[in-house]
Amino acid sequence: MGSKYDVLVIGGGNAALCAAISARRGGASVLVLEGAPKFYRGGNTRHTRNMRCAHDAATEILTGPYTEEEFWEDLLRVTGGQTDEVLARHMIRESKDILNWIVEQGVRWQPSLGGTLSLGRTNSFFLGGGRAMLNALYLTAERLGVEVQYDAEVTDLVIEDGMFLAARLKRPIHGETEIRATSLVAAAGGFEANIDWLKQYWGEAADNFLIRGTPYNRGSILKMLLAKGVQEVGDPTQCHAVAIDARAPKFDGGIITRHDSVVFGIVVNKHAQRFYDEGEDIWPKRYAIWGRLVAAQPGQIAYIIFDSTVVTSFMPTLFPPIAGQTIAELAGKLELDPAVLEKTISEFNAAVRPGTFDHTILDDCRTEGITPAKTHWARKIETPPYLAYPVRPGITFTYLGTRVTKEARMLMADGKPSANMFAAGEIMAGNVLGKGYAAGIGMTIGSVFGRIAGREAARHAKN
Amino acid sequence: MHGSRILDEADRLMTVCNSCRYCEGLCAVFPAMEMRRAFSDGDLNYLANLCHACGACYVDCQFSPPHEFNVNVPKTLAVARAESYAIYAWPQALSGAFAHNGLVISIVAALSVAAFVFGFAALNDRSVLFGVHAGAGAFYKLMPHNAMAALFSAAFLYAIVALVMSVRTFWRDIATPVGGRADGGSIFQAIRDAGELRYLHGGGVGCYNEDDKPTDRRKLFHHLTFYGFLLCFAATSVATLYHYLLGREAPYPWWDLPVVLGTFGGFGLIVGPIGLFVAKLRRDPALLDENRYGMDVGFIAMLFLTGLTGMLLLILRETAAMGPLLALHLGAVFALFITMPYGKFVHGIYRFVALVRYAQERRTAV
Repeated sequence: MGSKYDVLVIGGGNAALCAAISARRGGASVLVLEGAPKFYRGGNTRHTRNMRCAHDAATEILTGPYTEEEFWEDLLRVTGGQTDEVLARHMIRESKDILNWIVEQGVRWQPSLGGTLSLGRTNSFFLGGGRAMLNALYLTAERLGVEVQYDAEVTDLVIEDGMFLAARLKRPIHGETEIRATSLVAAAGGFEANIDWLKQYWGEAADNFLIRGTPYNRGSILKMLLAKGVQEVGDPTQCHAVAIDARAPKFDGGIITRHDSVVFGIVVNKHAQRFYDEGEDIWPKRYAIWGRLVAAQPGQIAYIIFDSTVVTSFMPTLFPPIAGQTIAELAGKLELDPAVLEKTISEFNAAVRPGTFDHTILDDCRTEGITPAKTHWARKIETPPYLAYPVRPGITFTYLGTRVTKEARMLMADGKPSANMFAAGEIMAGNVLGKGYAAGIGMTIGSVFGRIAGREAARHAKN
Repeated sequence: MHGSRILDEADRLMTVCNSCRYCEGLCAVFPAMEMRRAFSDGDLNYLANLCHACGACYVDCQFSPPHEFNVNVPKTLAVARAESYAIYAWPQALSGAFAHNGLVISIVAALSVAAFVFGFAALNDRSVLFGVHAGAGAFYKLMPHNAMAALFSAAFLYAIVALVMSVRTFWRDIATPVGGRADGGSIFQAIRDAGELRYLHGGGVGCYNEDDKPTDRRKLFHHLTFYGFLLCFAATSVATLYHYLLGREAPYPWWDLPVVLGTFGGFGLIVGPIGLFVAKLRRDPALLDENRYGMDVGFIAMLFLTGLTGMLLLILRETAAMGPLLALHLGAVFALFITMPYGKFVHGIYRFVALVRYAQERRTAV
């Protein structure tokens, strides 16, 4: 193939499409290479539902203001300070305009979904969910004249002295080909679906991880870039991981396999022992810690255990709870030691202090005299049937990435900015997220840096 | 678990959807689903009839086929909807009419037309059937007005009784508490929602039919068909009033109200069904309930035939073709009426009732 594009975008999710649209609007010719088939296009974007953007006043869909400063403080808290302040503040400032810009690209908002009221002020939800958002971006990109190829697996990048020259790719029908472009935007996500790569850091435990997105998030572009001299950022073991139902499929179970019942019961490991304060904080704030907690347990499995009084306190689940009329019967079904589970629950019940239950605040229902304590929402588990959900770590995306500047330009290992390589989305999320997570921030990183990367890539190509 | 395989599948999907809820902004089905944690047969039949088949939730769903969760809400609810018509049909002995509906409708239509042709010919001599008639009372040279009125009133009355009986069973199945009544506010809301096809809009961006682009025009064609039908019905009603109150006999001059209403209505009944039929042909097979193709097309064809023969009758009423055309037109209308409770026509009634229920649920939820 002899043609040469101004901007080559590798990836097909939110960041890639924002980059492609923004580059095209900047006057560049753009080719998008999506490694997945059309149905699975868009990486993790297909499973998202909202985006966290700063705004100074309530809007039609947001219940109140969420200032840049408050956003920054939230980010600081969830990352424990492990973030690039200049980059993060720049992103937060730019996020304000994204609320409008993304609508101009055809995406529609709606108020927060049922069951997510606590995000109504900070997060804007996509009408129809992440795939609807993605569909809108693709329609806009195609209308503007962006070319898109699916099943386009990039096998090699030709990079000389920090300068991108060409990408080699393998397609099922057309075979090997080389595509040249003046600028590159890498927006191909993390490596969460690459179990072998995960094993480098997690060992055999990674075999027990479930991957929440498609099997196409292999991180091959990230690996190539790091191998060819791009500077690395982030801890390779850090990722967004939640506890999801152990009965979920290995890949692409998406949002519906999650559990938000932890605060209503206790969580035990395969030895029927509790291991962490289930009532530490309001559920959505601590949503993303349970993946790592379960990953650290033997066999990477745990069980949320509760009784019949709380069944309607959380959203209905895809998989029904496993039930037993007695603790021993339940333990049998879960293949836990019945005596140990009975002991764990009776000790927990004995430690519960009286209080006034209110799951919307940090209430005064807590335990005394056991370790770990349950510091809020602690109520006795004593009304049969006893119920349980088995959970495993569900990996959403990894944080290891390429270091970038405010212009989304990649930095080389020697500290020099690349002449024509840009990155956006999960592939560079580690610049902002050293660890931890705040709901919807992955999409903010994707849209903000995607838009910037596309603009800068087009500017480079047109000069 | 449920009464049928399709309801088991609908239950499975609603369980998947209720743990996701991304589609809740698209239409009424998902907010109604969220008010429940488990689904009875009545709940599922209610949700099936609340669905307007806009297709948006299929295109927006991350779990639609080829995903292993195989979530196809529009198709599943379309099948469940069609099966619900048979479940609630009155009398139950005739519920089988839904199974081979295209065939049933065709046979009834053919027999009706034949009966009118034969009747005209038998009751009059052939010169009347093929004669040229003009002026007031021309139609009644072929069939006396009172006979015509009696026959069609009977057919219409039967249709209404059968529909009312069916809808009563449906309402009993979906209302909470059982036997609960609909309130005026909810009915008014449902009239507005049905009148503007509020939920045939893909959540605002438009509906999907042949591909993943929201370019579908079914809403427009449905409006043409529905309001065309209402205008024709109004034309007939006005004419009946003219006849009995004013003693004025059809045919009427082109500028008179029944003809004006009928002309606009007839236009809608010709263009609308054609548009709907073309949309049906082009619909993505993934969204289509293939087994009900005959029912859908049969109804579209009957409406089209009613509109077309009516318009031809208007144009050619002063020629020798009037007799045969009148037989054809009356046959089509008669067949349309008596098959109404056993064909696609009922979709409008059930969907309206589901909208009433939805409006009521929303009111009590707030």
